[in-house]
Amino acid sequence: MTSDNRYETAGASATTRLDPWLDHYAQRTRGLSSSAVRALFAVASRPEVVSLAGGMPFVSALPMDALAETTARLIRERGNVALQYGSGQGDPALREQIIEVLAPVGVESHPDDIIVTAGSQMALDLVVRVFCDPGDVVLVEAPTYITALSVFSSYQCQVIHVPMDEHGLDPQALRETIHQVRAEGKRVKLVYSIPSFQNPGGVTQTPARRSEILEVVTSEDVLLLEDDPYGLLSFDGTIPRAIRADDSQAVIYLGTFSKTIAAGLRVGWAVAPHGVREKLVLANETAMLCPSNLTQMIITDYLSTSPWLDQVKIFRELYRERRDALIESLARYMPVGTTWTVPTGGFYSWVDLPAGVDSTAMLPRAVSARVAYVPGTGFFADGQGGHSLRLSYCYPEPDRIVEGVRRLAEVVSAEVSMAELFGTTNDARSRRLPIAPTSDMA
Amino acid sequence: MQSGPIIILSGGLSPERDVSLRSGRRVADALRRRDLDVEVLDVDGSLIDHLGDREPSCVIPLVHGAAGEDGALHEVVSALNLPYVGSDAAACRQAFDKPTANRVAEQAGFCVPRFIVLPHSAFREQDAREVLTASVAQIGLPLIVKPSQGGSSLGVSVVRDERDLPAAMVSAFAYGDTAIMQSFVEGTEVAVAVLETSEGVRALPVVEIRADGGIYDYHARYTAGSTEFAVPAHLPTETLAACERTAVGIHQALGLRDWSRSDLIVDHEGQVWFLEANISPGMTETSTYPQAVHAAGLHMGDIVADLVKHAIARG
Repeated sequence: MTSDNRYETAGASATTRLDPWLDHYAQRTRGLSSSAVRALFAVASRPEVVSLAGGMPFVSALPMDALAETTARLIRERGNVALQYGSGQGDPALREQIIEVLAPVGVESHPDDIIVTAGSQMALDLVVRVFCDPGDVVLVEAPTYITALSVFSSYQCQVIHVPMDEHGLDPQALRETIHQVRAEGKRVKLVYSIPSFQNPGGVTQTPARRSEILEVVTSEDVLLLEDDPYGLLSFDGTIPRAIRADDSQAVIYLGTFSKTIAAGLRVGWAVAPHGVREKLVLANETAMLCPSNLTQMIITDYLSTSPWLDQVKIFRELYRERRDALIESLARYMPVGTTWTVPTGGFYSWVDLPAGVDSTAMLPRAVSARVAYVPGTGFFADGQGGHSLRLSYCYPEPDRIVEGVRRLAEVVSAEVSMAELFGTTNDARSRRLPIAPTSDMA
Repeated sequence: MQSGPIIILSGGLSPERDVSLRSGRRVADALRRRDLDVEVLDVDGSLIDHLGDREPSCVIPLVHGAAGEDGALHEVVSALNLPYVGSDAAACRQAFDKPTANRVAEQAGFCVPRFIVLPHSAFREQDAREVLTASVAQIGLPLIVKPSQGGSSLGVSVVRDERDLPAAMVSAFAYGDTAIMQSFVEGTEVAVAVLETSEGVRALPVVEIRADGGIYDYHARYTAGSTEFAVPAHLPTETLAACERTAVGIHQALGLRDWSRSDLIVDHEGQVWFLEANISPGMTETSTYPQAVHAAGLHMGDIVADLVKHAIARG
């Protein structure tokens, strides 16, 4: 480090990069930087802007008074436990309850095979930490969860996208990609998939598709990382059966209370084969010693004293109404050439824009028009997605969603005119660098 | 005179909101270290009510981008008869609009790279390809395309190949309905902070900017470590003096007040070119104005406290 004033004297002049630790950073921090897109999300947080960007659960629908009372009571009556360190694997009582929470998705497990983490994001990080060396290949859906890409990047994995169709990840393409990677002398360590109400695609794998994917990973001896944050949020009440339900050895399952109870409590979990679980627990202890006792106890109490499945139904209805508002307004306002997915659960719809419209270049104009979305390039590691965007309907009220789509449609129409004007309709320049995520994009 | 707090206006709804919030926090911290009563206000529709309620002793507008630098905010503060730091509304309007500022600078005798103003409507009324071809013929390559208003290099593209021009125009128009196409001058990029006190207008040490990749874009501006700065710039003494004269001259020609920053390029022959003036310079951890203040042996808190005093005195 240089002197206190951070300036390094070079003759009469002084030079600085304003960061004395610049040469010390690990290579995995590359890509963590400011960008104009991230800056625009600072505006998206303002109430004047209809944000169809972030996947923030509508926590206002929670029984706040009951949660407040629970929290106060736990600290008052069991504060010596709630405010103390706990188990690195997570509170045994909560792990017992997670078994019940997993029942609707068909996963049968034992509390010993569950690791409680600070949100399933932490579980994702631990799995990659445990399995991946720099240069290892992770196969992901095209597109995939933006912050999963950040995790893979931070462990210096090579990410390869596998195509999806309306039924999700394409098993044939998955097998071919595995073969291709191996032919190049590389090792596929993980297949990362969100089978139900995928983020950002909004599509759901059919039961047959899930079986095919499972057959591919087992026959190819590759571990499947199944991320299932939205599985219980099926609008017609038909909860998709998790892939993990049919194979407890080839699949690591990630779950979370962020969408069914409260994201701010930061409690998620992994269900893993025995040997993997041992390593994940050690990794969890290394990373954070233990998950928060207080938030685990709040959830344990909530699950045991509240009709939590009824609350999930409330969320389902609420999000279904918002999905309807989104889809109906897309049909009503969007210009010809725009297409979108119709999710049957979860938070997101994926929109493909008319030819020549670059969703990243369009974002400033959209924010000026007081509507925000996440450009499609954020969900790819390789610059694809320039003509697409993700819309999230979980947080704004339905009338705000309609107004947001109306504003967005005007912006898209203007961009179509702009693209025609400048002849950029077939512009290949829209392959951009990946966008580093903010919490507003999660 | 009001006895309320100093209120820093930051945030707002421009694409530079995040930069402005950071600038506001930094200046607030500097003033609080001088035991001054400071509040930071995120500008929204309740601005007038809030200013009326708080009865500030002085206002410091630090909102970047349109509405913060186009004079509108300053008009509001003036209408409330509140003292404020910085340029008045008319000067803001003149400086914030790049074509206007360029013409003022030219009339004042400073060198400005050749430029053309291209409103979006010009492309609707005529064949866009022909307009672009004619513009390139006039300006030459390489050239730079930027929105006519706004800062932080948002919507700015350097074009070295004519085939990249349409996409550059689309990027610039994403930030406003008028773009300018300007000759790209190769050379040393510098920023010159100007400070106006009761003792007169002075330039602070010239800051040289060497962005990794050569373009001082948003990433380079706000990612610590991605740009190397030299203070004073590695330029001959007479060139440094020319930069300082230019910045002070621009400050005066545009009728700016209290503080400003001019962005300049020194070409390989030592000629100084004016690029743009900033009436509300960035004050973030990576901004050039605080670096110049530091290099001058001054302290941001002292400077702003003095500017507040002067603003209150002039009413």
